Amino acid sequence: MPPFVLLAVLLAFSAAAYHLGRRRAFALAGAGGRAQRLHSRPNYHGALVALWCALPAILLFALWLAFESQVITRIVVEGLPEPQRSLPGDRLSLIVNDIRNVAGGRFEETAADPAVREAAATYRRLLGLSRQALAVVTLSLAAAMALLVRRRLRPTLRARNHVEGILTAMLVACSTIAVFTTVGIVLSVVYEAVLFFRIIPVGEFLFGLSWSPQMAIRADQVGASGAFGAVPVFLGTALISAIAMVVAVPIGLMSAIYLSEYAGKSFRAVAKPLIEILAGIPTVVYGFFAALTVAPFVRDAGGLLGLDVASESALAAGVVMGIMIIPFVCSLSDDFINAVPQSLRDGAYSLGATRSETVRRVVVPAALPGIMGGILLAVSRAIGETMIVVMAAGLAANLTVNPLKAVTTVTVQIVTLLIGDQEFDSPKTLAAFALGLVLFVVTLCLNVIALYIVRRYREQYE
Amino acid sequence: MLTLTRVEEAMTKGVGLGTSPGEEPARGRPDRESRETVGTVTVENPRMVCRGVNVFYGDKQAIRNVSIDIGRNEVLAMIGPSGCGKSTFIRCLNRMNDTIEGCRVTGEILLDGVNIYDRKVDVVPLRAQVGMVFQKPNPFPKSVYENVAYGPRIHGLARNRAELDEIVERALRKAGLWDEVKDRLHEPGTGLSGGQQQRLCIARTIAVNPEIILMDEPCSALDPIATSVIEDLIFELRTQYSICIVTHSMQQAARVSQRTAYFHLGDLIEVGPTDRIFTNPRHPLTQDYITGRFG
Repeated sequence: MPPFVLLAVLLAFSAAAYHLGRRRAFALAGAGGRAQRLHSRPNYHGALVALWCALPAILLFALWLAFESQVITRIVVEGLPEPQRSLPGDRLSLIVNDIRNVAGGRFEETAADPAVREAAATYRRLLGLSRQALAVVTLSLAAAMALLVRRRLRPTLRARNHVEGILTAMLVACSTIAVFTTVGIVLSVVYEAVLFFRIIPVGEFLFGLSWSPQMAIRADQVGASGAFGAVPVFLGTALISAIAMVVAVPIGLMSAIYLSEYAGKSFRAVAKPLIEILAGIPTVVYGFFAALTVAPFVRDAGGLLGLDVASESALAAGVVMGIMIIPFVCSLSDDFINAVPQSLRDGAYSLGATRSETVRRVVVPAALPGIMGGILLAVSRAIGETMIVVMAAGLAANLTVNPLKAVTTVTVQIVTLLIGDQEFDSPKTLAAFALGLVLFVVTLCLNVIALYIVRRYREQYE
Repeated sequence: MLTLTRVEEAMTKGVGLGTSPGEEPARGRPDRESRETVGTVTVENPRMVCRGVNVFYGDKQAIRNVSIDIGRNEVLAMIGPSGCGKSTFIRCLNRMNDTIEGCRVTGEILLDGVNIYDRKVDVVPLRAQVGMVFQKPNPFPKSVYENVAYGPRIHGLARNRAELDEIVERALRKAGLWDEVKDRLHEPGTGLSGGQQQRLCIARTIAVNPEIILMDEPCSALDPIATSVIEDLIFELRTQYSICIVTHSMQQAARVSQRTAYFHLGDLIEVGPTDRIFTNPRHPLTQDYITGRFG
C-alpha cells in the first residue's frame, strides 16, 4: 500500500472513530437524549477518540518513513561483499547511491555490477516488506487506540478538556516548527561561517578594505592569494539600498498620500492595483530592465553632462531597486494612513486647516510609526535583493560611495562565490556563509530597530 | 437686504415667525402629523440664518426644509431622537459635510449675510470662524501645547513664540484647563483624561478665535463630573461666542441653553425658548419626546 493511500485510510479510520466515540457517548447518556448527564458534549467524546486514533498512528507513520531508508541501507551495506563494504566512506556512498538508483528503476539494471544488482534486489525486497509492515502496524495501532479510548469513555470523562489540551499542543508544535527552522538556518550558516573564520580572522573579514576572493586553484597558478575584507561589499550594499530608498520613500509615500487623502474612489480603484502590479513583476525582469534600459540610459545621460559613468553603475541598480520597492512603501503607508481615525481629520478641518495642512501636520505624523515600520521592511527587502544587482550592479568590489561607479553587493558576492568551481571547503566558498551571517545580523538589527521605533511612537501617542 | 427677502419668503411658506423669543404668539395645538416648524425660528440681529435647508445623502433626504436663526451670545440646543438629523444639520453650519461623499446641501445658510454655500466662499476661513467640537474627544497625537497651537500656527495668528505662548495660555484658561495642564504642556494630549481631552479640544477651537462654536454631543463620552465641568464652561463661553450644541440629554439642554430646537426624522418640529419648550411644548411630537414617550 503506497504511503499516501495509507494516510487516507488512516483518516477514514479516525472519521469512523469519531462516530464510534459519539455513538458511545450518546449510549452512555442514556435514552431520551439526556446529554446533560455527560461532563462533555458527545462531539467531544467523538473528537477525543478520533484524535487518539489518528495522532499516534500518524506520528509512527512519519517516524517510520523518516528512518526507513537509513535502516534498510544499513542492512543492505552489511550484506555487501567484503571488498565493497570496507571501502572508504565517500566511495561507499557512491555505491549506495547506485544501489538505490537501480532499485528505483532509474538505472539500466544490466549496466550495473552484479554485487550492486544483488544488493538492489535486497533493497527492493526490504522496502516492500517495510511498507507492508508499516501499513499493518499503523492501522492496528490506530484501531487499538480507538477501541481502547472508546472503552474508557465515561459520563464523567473530561473529554472537552482533553481535546482542548491536544489542540493546544498541536498549535504549539506548529509554531515551534517556524522557530526551529529559523534556529536551524542560523546554525547551519554559523557552522560554515566558523569554518571560514578559522582560515580568515574575523577582524580581517569585518574591517578589511579589499575584497578579492579569487584564490589559486593549483599551486603553480599566478593568482591573488585572496583578500577577504568585506567593507567594500557592505558599502556597496549600503550605497545601492540608500539610492533605492531615496527613490522609493518619497514616491511611495506621496502616492500613498494621494491615493488615501485626495484620489476619488474610481481613480483609487484603478491606480492601487496598477501600483501593486509592480510588486508582482519578477525581480529577474527588473534585472533586464536595469541592465538593458536604465544602465545605458544613465551612462548616456551622464555622458551628455560630461560625467564618466560606468556601464554597470550603482545608480542604475539602485534606481530600479527603488522602483521595485515603491509598492511596498506605498501599500503599507496607505494602510497606515487609512487607519488614522477620521475624527482626527475632522478635528483639523474644523480648525480651518486645508487638506495639505491636515495631511502634513496631523495625518502623516499620526501614521508615522507604521510608515517607519514599512520603510524599514522595505530596507530589509532592498538589502536582501539579489537579481537586480547581479544583472545591473556588476562584480567590481570598489571601495566607493560614488553612485556612478560599479559596485558589488553582499548578495551578488554570495551568488558568485557559490556558483564558482572551487572545492566546498575553500575559503572562497566559505566566505559566502560569512557574508550571509553578517547580512542576517544586519537585517535582524534593522527589524529590532523598526520594532523599537514603532513601540516608542505608540507609547507616545496612545 | 438679502436676508430680509429670505425671511419674507419663509413667512409666505408658512414657517412660524415671531418678533423675539420672549413673546411668541399663542396658537392652537398643531396636528400630530404636521411637519411645519412650530414656534419662533428668528431672533433679533442673528449671527447665522438658515432658510429652507435640505440635506441629501445620495438619494436619501436627511434634512427637510429647516429654517432657523442662531443669535449672538446664545446657546442653542438641538435635541431629538437618534437619527433625527441634528448632527447632520450642525455639520452643515461649517460645511463639515463636504468631506462626506455623496452629501448634498440645498437652501441657504447665511453667516453675517453671506451664503456659506456660495461658490465664492472659501471653506477654510469659514471653518476658522465656525469652530466645532466633536462627540468623542479627538486631540491630535501631539503635546497639549501643540494641540492648542495648531490652529493659530496654520492661520498665522502669532508673530513669534511669545505671542503663541500667550494665545495657548489664554485658550487653555478660557477652557478651564490651564491649572490642570500648565505643568505638562509638552506631554501628549492623548494622555489626559476624557473630560480634560474634551476641554483641550474646546481650547483648540477657541484658540483660532471663532465666532460660533458647534458642539456635537460634547459630553456623551464623559462621566457626570466631567460633564458638569464642560456645562459650566459652555455657560461661560456664551458671553463671547454663539454656541450650537447637539445633545441627547434633555437635562443638559435645559441647563445650558437659552433656546431649544426639537428635530424629528429630518424635520425641525419646534423651536422656542428653552424653558417654554420644556414646560409647555406645543407640538405633540415634542411633548412625547420631552415626557419620555419615545427617543
